[in-house]
Amino acid sequence: MTLDQFVQQFAEQFDETPANQFSPSTDYKSLEEWGSLTTLGVITMVDAEMGKRITGSNLLACTTIEELYNFIQRI
Amino acid sequence: MKAFIQALDYSLPEKVLTNADLALEFPEWTEEKIMKKLGIAERHVAAEDETASDLAVDAAEKLFAENEINRETVDYLIFCTQSPDYILPTTACLIQQRLGLPDSIGAIDVNLGCSGWIFGLSLAKGLVLGGMAKRVLLLTAETYSKYLHPRDKGNRTIFGDGAAATLVGCDGIAEIGNFSFGTDGNGAENLIVKSGGARHRKQLDDLQFDNFGNPKSSDYIYMNGAEILNYTLDRIPGLIEDVLQKNGCALEDIDLHVYHQANKYIANLQRVKMKIEPEKYYCCFERMGNTVSSTIPIALKEALNDGSIKSGHKVLSVAQGLGYSWGGVMLQF
Repeated sequence: MTLDQFVQQFAEQFDETPANQFSPSTDYKSLEEWGSLTTLGVITMVDAEMGKRITGSNLLACTTIEELYNFIQRI
Repeated sequence: MKAFIQALDYSLPEKVLTNADLALEFPEWTEEKIMKKLGIAERHVAAEDETASDLAVDAAEKLFAENEINRETVDYLIFCTQSPDYILPTTACLIQQRLGLPDSIGAIDVNLGCSGWIFGLSLAKGLVLGGMAKRVLLLTAETYSKYLHPRDKGNRTIFGDGAAATLVGCDGIAEIGNFSFGTDGNGAENLIVKSGGARHRKQLDDLQFDNFGNPKSSDYIYMNGAEILNYTLDRIPGLIEDVLQKNGCALEDIDLHVYHQANKYIANLQRVKMKIEPEKYYCCFERMGNTVSSTIPIALKEALNDGSIKSGHKVLSVAQGLGYSWGGVMLQF
């Protein structure tokens, strides 16, 4: 999965935040809609689309979507 | 000899907590959002003076009445709960007296969460097949509402109180097939009430709020949702495959999947991951939420009532619960 595709998939886990607010440099934890349900959505997406397993702590440790993408590439 | 489920019934507290009630307390949490994300419209909550054993007794009385069961024929009682009336004595002993069951019976408590019905059913089957009992009354009941912090939006939305009664004997409506079990205590901290037991007898008064504003306290239920999700992703596919293999079946042989009813989010996740057609995956959480160890028997009862389960159907039931503890069984209706 490319970074652009990852950003798009990431954005799809959000119902209320417009897609144009997502870019590789988005600080996702600062988004108003970020919360426990979106956390579960991203974990599920990474499992289903990338076959990788991330934790809530991993999501808290990264800041931008690109940083998270790079982290997932390394596991 | 074989063991069968003979009858099922359930009981929910009268008091209802609606999504509108929750949205009033948590303005960022709308009725529509709860329904869309979690598929739960309402959950029942025990009254201040109402306990899990009260609900279990009511479920048993309904089962006896509806099926014209002579309670003198029950010779073993298993009560699964994490909300006992007292630290001691065993709540099953109190229920024996309240239900007027013979004093010649065995009566035990089992402490398990969402996997409790599967494990309780396995014990009931073992008692029947071992010739130690002819008719086992398995009661599952939970009142997690008593352990929830008032500001715990997520868990107050998901969990509902309730009880179920399952009668197991030598004949009946569904043959109990082979089981698969799993346990991993490494997950204990991810769904826990730390204080109140012997390890931390007194309240620890360590309330904090996490990054999402959810309370985290040793004195109330704490759930690490992300870890519980990963646990489900890790364990459920293997569990399903193991139950199928132990019963000589393939996924396509199953007429209806009646799994632990956590919520719509987890249900969809499991269904899609296992490639199960929607019409073969039974959902029963809209009117009661996650009733912990009673979700499967409640769903089975509803599926029998609405015709989703018919005679001849093979039903697969699996549950993942705190502990961690997970298990599954095949039922031949």
